[in-house]
Amino acid sequence: MMGTHPMKLALGPLLYYWPRQSVLDFYADIADSPVDSVYLGETVCSRRHELRLDDWLEVGDMLNAAGKEVVISTQGLIESESDLKVLRRIVRQSAEDRPGFRVEANDMGAVRLLGEAGATDWVAGPTLNIFNPATLQLMIDAGATRWAVAPEMSGTALAAVRAALAAAIETEVFAYGRLPLAHSARCFTARHFNLQKDTCEFRCLAIMDGITLRTREGEPFLTLNGVQTQSARVHNLLGDLPAVRQNAEVLRISPQGSDTRRVVELFRAALDDAQTPAAALAASRELMVEAPCNGFWHGRAGAEQYVAA
Amino acid sequence: MPAPIELVCPAGSLPALKTAVDHGADCVYLGFKDATNARNFTGLNFDPPQMREGVAYAHARGRKVLLALNTYPQANNWPSWTQAIDRAAEFGVDALILADPGLMDYATRTHPQLRLHLSVQGSATSYEAINWYAERFDIRRAVLPRVLSLPQVAHVVANTAVEIEVFGFGGLCVMVEGRCALSAYATGESPNCNGACSPGKHVRWEETPKGMETRLNGILIDRFADGERAGYPTLCKGRFEVNDETYYALEEPTSLNTLELLPELARIGIRAIKIEGRQRSPAYVAQVTQVWRAALDKLAAGGADAFSVLPGWMAELNKVSEGQSHTLGAYYRPWK
Repeated sequence: MMGTHPMKLALGPLLYYWPRQSVLDFYADIADSPVDSVYLGETVCSRRHELRLDDWLEVGDMLNAAGKEVVISTQGLIESESDLKVLRRIVRQSAEDRPGFRVEANDMGAVRLLGEAGATDWVAGPTLNIFNPATLQLMIDAGATRWAVAPEMSGTALAAVRAALAAAIETEVFAYGRLPLAHSARCFTARHFNLQKDTCEFRCLAIMDGITLRTREGEPFLTLNGVQTQSARVHNLLGDLPAVRQNAEVLRISPQGSDTRRVVELFRAALDDAQTPAAALAASRELMVEAPCNGFWHGRAGAEQYVAA
Repeated sequence: MPAPIELVCPAGSLPALKTAVDHGADCVYLGFKDATNARNFTGLNFDPPQMREGVAYAHARGRKVLLALNTYPQANNWPSWTQAIDRAAEFGVDALILADPGLMDYATRTHPQLRLHLSVQGSATSYEAINWYAERFDIRRAVLPRVLSLPQVAHVVANTAVEIEVFGFGGLCVMVEGRCALSAYATGESPNCNGACSPGKHVRWEETPKGMETRLNGILIDRFADGERAGYPTLCKGRFEVNDETYYALEEPTSLNTLELLPELARIGIRAIKIEGRQRSPAYVAQVTQVWRAALDKLAAGGADAFSVLPGWMAELNKVSEGQSHTLGAYYRPWK
């Protein structure tokens, strides 16, 4: 083993809007893949309804039966009372009906509701803006037992936070996928089709990896995914695993339109020393929808692909 | 009769602060000359003597000073932020505008008398989120991100005891504040951690045969034909190609202007209106403060039902708007 502790693999929440059957097939395939945790639920847009919360919970039951840890993620941007209703249901489900399911809190409203419900085993999500030991400690005191680090945080910065904690918390790093960079009230996919969000005709449905936005020189720059803006490049830490595993216990892989399972298997092989990080990175190239980047991990512009000299 | 709406104006410098006060701001907001605030630009903000003078100037005229410490410190630079809080307490500012819960915890323990406002960078868009900060840190006011429609804003106000402040005018963030890493992705510097979006040191203006090109850390943000006004390359306001169409894919260069919503904002119980623009000149501050003061005075004198926007106000505000145009942003649902 190249590291000192076993590493878990987590499959992040599905950020795109896929047809119902594609989603169900995707998770059926994941059930016997080498991931340990699976994050489920709609985190991007409340208008997306191919799967409702009950459907997500059923997928969770299936994955749980297959031995996976299930985490239900909450929506990143809460705008309306109906968004809050879903949030309350997620918290209640976890507290009462499915005590095995953890919740990933993606805004402070979720943190408040989890506190009210007395939850003591939740995941502090990447959009909570936890950048220093004091804030992380507040979340730990409020019941967080895993910290999903904001992708923009560098390896050095997160190591400094961990070193300053009184007691360790399981730490999860965004290790693979197009980076979720921003949320808006505006839907950029609807805007692209000259539609308004309220009458969007669900045009993001079946755009499996989002829509690539290029500069006027044709360079892929960002990805439009409804109200979310992602990187065009694929954040990929396969080549950085020796350093990453010094500072994390869980690696998050973000679902993509195809070959997600093969990406998971590459990470597992690299973590188990069946493949060197360099070889795993090389093998992952044909699975990526765009060129790789890893700048955030190295404290640089996120779009950079940095290789230490 | 509800309490009058406070006018909260930007002070990027001591001259801007005095201008805002002289033209009728109820409050000014400002920051120190470092990464502790979200307008960390060269030549902007206050050193300690300027801060002392600014606070004295405002207080002598019965106005309030709000200090923005609204970025997120990290483990290695944490003391710079806590020292900034200590200094703010010493200078006698009327409130701190904070985003980071860890800093709120420090402020409530160390300076329990200090009034706390939740910054827009805290990304609190629901009353559940706002009430969490209120219960934990006794925040008295929250600044809402520019993402909610007017009925959604009203719903928040109706469900919290915390005063609500909204943006009324100025540059428009199209993304949820505090939830945007676009600048970090392109340049390595972010509003969250460095207090800067699309920072000037990464900007290049290049005259080329194809037109004036603006770049951010080498990335082409826009290209302007002869006669087109070349705007600053804020990266969400560039023109990009999507499926072979070239357009402002995220947002046009435009300013938020909610003057016409003022009666409605008063009816739903908004407590304060924030004018964006600490990076703008004292002339901008004078122009915008004057118009909004007149509008708020008219509203206070005649009530919401009798209020109407004078055409001259809009003309004055459009003169200083980004792209010389304005929008109601997310307050108006079709914008979304």
